[in-house]
Amino acid sequence: MPERLWRTPLDIEKVARPKAEIHIIKDQCKGCGYCINYCPKKVLEESEEINARGVHPPRVVDEKKCILCSFCTAVCPDFAIFVKEKQCKDGC
Amino acid sequence: MTEAVEQHLLLKYLRASMMPHIWCSGCGNGIILNSFVHALDELQMDLNKLVVVSGIGCIGRAAGYTNVDSYHTTHGRPIAFATGVKLANPKLEVIVISGDGDLFAIGGNHFIHAARRNIGIKVICANNFNYGMTGGQVGPTTPPEAITTTTPYGNIEHPFNLVHLAAAAGATYVARWTTLHVRMLTMSIKKLLQRKGFSFIEVISPCPETFGRRNKMRTGPEMMEWFKKASVIEKFSDPAKAEITTERIVVGEFVDVEKPTYEELLHEKMAQIMKEGG
Amino acid sequence: MAWEKAVLTGAHFMSGDIACAEGAIAAGCRFFAGYPITPATEIAEHIAARMPKIGGIYIQMEDEIASIAAIIGASYTGLKAMTATSGPGFSLMQENIGLAAMTETPCVIVDVMRGGPSTGQPTLPGQQDVMQAKWGSHGDYEIIALAPSSVQEMFNLTIEAFNLSETYRVPTIVMADEVVAHMWEKIVIPPAEEINVVNRKKPNTPPQKYLPFMPDDDLVPPMACFGEGYHFHATGLTHDEHGHPQTQSSEVQTKLVRRLCDKIRKNADKIIRVEEKMLEDADIVVVAYGIVARASLSAVRKAREKGIKAGLLRLVTLWPFPEKHVAKAAERAKAIIVPEMNCGQMVREVERAAKETPVFHLSKLGEEPHTPMEILEFIRRSQQ
Repeated sequence: MPERLWRTPLDIEKVARPKAEIHIIKDQCKGCGYCINYCPKKVLEESEEINARGVHPPRVVDEKKCILCSFCTAVCPDFAIFVKEKQCKDGC
Repeated sequence: MTEAVEQHLLLKYLRASMMPHIWCSGCGNGIILNSFVHALDELQMDLNKLVVVSGIGCIGRAAGYTNVDSYHTTHGRPIAFATGVKLANPKLEVIVISGDGDLFAIGGNHFIHAARRNIGIKVICANNFNYGMTGGQVGPTTPPEAITTTTPYGNIEHPFNLVHLAAAAGATYVARWTTLHVRMLTMSIKKLLQRKGFSFIEVISPCPETFGRRNKMRTGPEMMEWFKKASVIEKFSDPAKAEITTERIVVGEFVDVEKPTYEELLHEKMAQIMKEGG
Repeated sequence: MAWEKAVLTGAHFMSGDIACAEGAIAAGCRFFAGYPITPATEIAEHIAARMPKIGGIYIQMEDEIASIAAIIGASYTGLKAMTATSGPGFSLMQENIGLAAMTETPCVIVDVMRGGPSTGQPTLPGQQDVMQAKWGSHGDYEIIALAPSSVQEMFNLTIEAFNLSETYRVPTIVMADEVVAHMWEKIVIPPAEEINVVNRKKPNTPPQKYLPFMPDDDLVPPMACFGEGYHFHATGLTHDEHGHPQTQSSEVQTKLVRRLCDKIRKNADKIIRVEEKMLEDADIVVVAYGIVARASLSAVRKAREKGIKAGLLRLVTLWPFPEKHVAKAAERAKAIIVPEMNCGQMVREVERAAKETPVFHLSKLGEEPHTPMEILEFIRRSQQ
């Protein structure tokens, strides 16, 4: 259950929280850091690997924390990251 | 061009064979392009009706990257070119995407006259406070005391307040956002695309490579932090009081009015003349 | 109904400027952007009155630079577009004439030449811009320039300028002068069906396969316009067939720039027109254009009366330069005379083409064109 709720919602079993799929197109990234800095849930961090451009693309720390605000999608200058809602059948 | 570009959500609005774009790491131009295609997608715009015109400068490459009819003019002239396009076919949605130098230094005259006439072209200005493409020279929006390659001892000129200039010249929609306010920027661009009359959005944009680097903001995130700390959203406040300083960047919408457009008046007059002529 | 009014069929007494405006309208021009300048203002004024009645657009822009930028925009949106100016405005337009050449934009620019340089003598004729028409913008490119020498030609050659610019996707310049523009003569405007109007080639490939700058065999690419679903890009930067900028490649630059030049040079024989009078046995050939050619013809006739074998080669096309015609006339001639209202411009091209034959320049500046007597006197003296 999400930490910030002080009581369990009555329909928590029925309502599915949207789950995120974070796509990082590693070689498009130019390492500006905007997605990492401005993610409200701190879902991203700089990775160790170096991409074709010689910079560290972002890496997902915990995809489950993503709330699909899509700010990273909107602020990325290089079209290197986008989030989609995960299409699940029976929970995932 | 990598196969990976194929996967991006908004790829259909971009010319895949010209990606990745030439803009620096952290450059606000990419964010402006991103906000623009988000707006196109949210509105499900008919791409056949769109024409993007740009001038010379880093942001001028934006016309080449959007997958619509586009034209890249000589320095300062996109608004004059766009005037010809809009009058020749008023059904087209004509958008000028260009920079502060291109639109307000060499192109200043065309800007004020197009605003005065209220020709229905939409102008998005990437204001990065300098001439980035040529290495970072002073421009009409460079803040006082800023260091640029042609003001190595500090800028003594006073910059334009672009929203004030646009409003005074007669623009019917005037807004300013920074590249941090991506959602509001997309909202304003959507408004731009759905309204009539000369409309203007100033986008405060980071240029870490040539401007930020010389002015104590060496990286994109540092420039964006300036925007975050200094920006204050105001609704329809007086554009004359919206000068940009290091402490205060007023963002928001300033003007949103309706006025007969040049195309409307022209066609009205022509209809009248044809009727009288017989 | 409105279209029928576009062509004012019949005989008229009108000035050159008005005839030029009527020629544009007859050729299908439906967009004019201009700025007032003596002695071309009347073209703008006449078009401002005519366009609304025939569904065309007239806009007075804030300066000449905006004017030429607007006509390029209108042309790319599918309309035939024109602007008119004189020397000072022509200078301002040069950068965008280069843009029009680089993006292969069909458009017509009328330069009604006056006394120069700079502000000069606004109300008096000159022929001082003829080299500028060819070399005015930076970079290597070719344009077509025509020189009318009568009010009828102001009408006819403006139509031809549109036809050439549409055929070759090139800015075409009508180099008139203040006298031809302001004089009044009888002109005959034929019925619309008899006027030959040429339109640009349209693409016959579907949008996904269309390459905006891929030429056909005649070196001219078919032209799509904005709003037709082609989603193409055009830029003043060096570009490939897709229209995409390629600023680092020597191969692309070579291919593009050479084609832009060859497009006109290799089709020169189809483009060039001259008028030859009494040239077959001429010893002294007068090579002239514009208003000066009128006095030259008179002088040549008077010379013949006096037994001098003089002839006239009138240049209707100034650029590409009719070097083959000049060379041919030079072969037979003992001397060539080039009267011009400048300090020596087209005479240089004549000298180049005439090779061994001596060429004499008769320069006259300011106030009025050469009189027939002045040219006749020069013809007589050149016999020595």
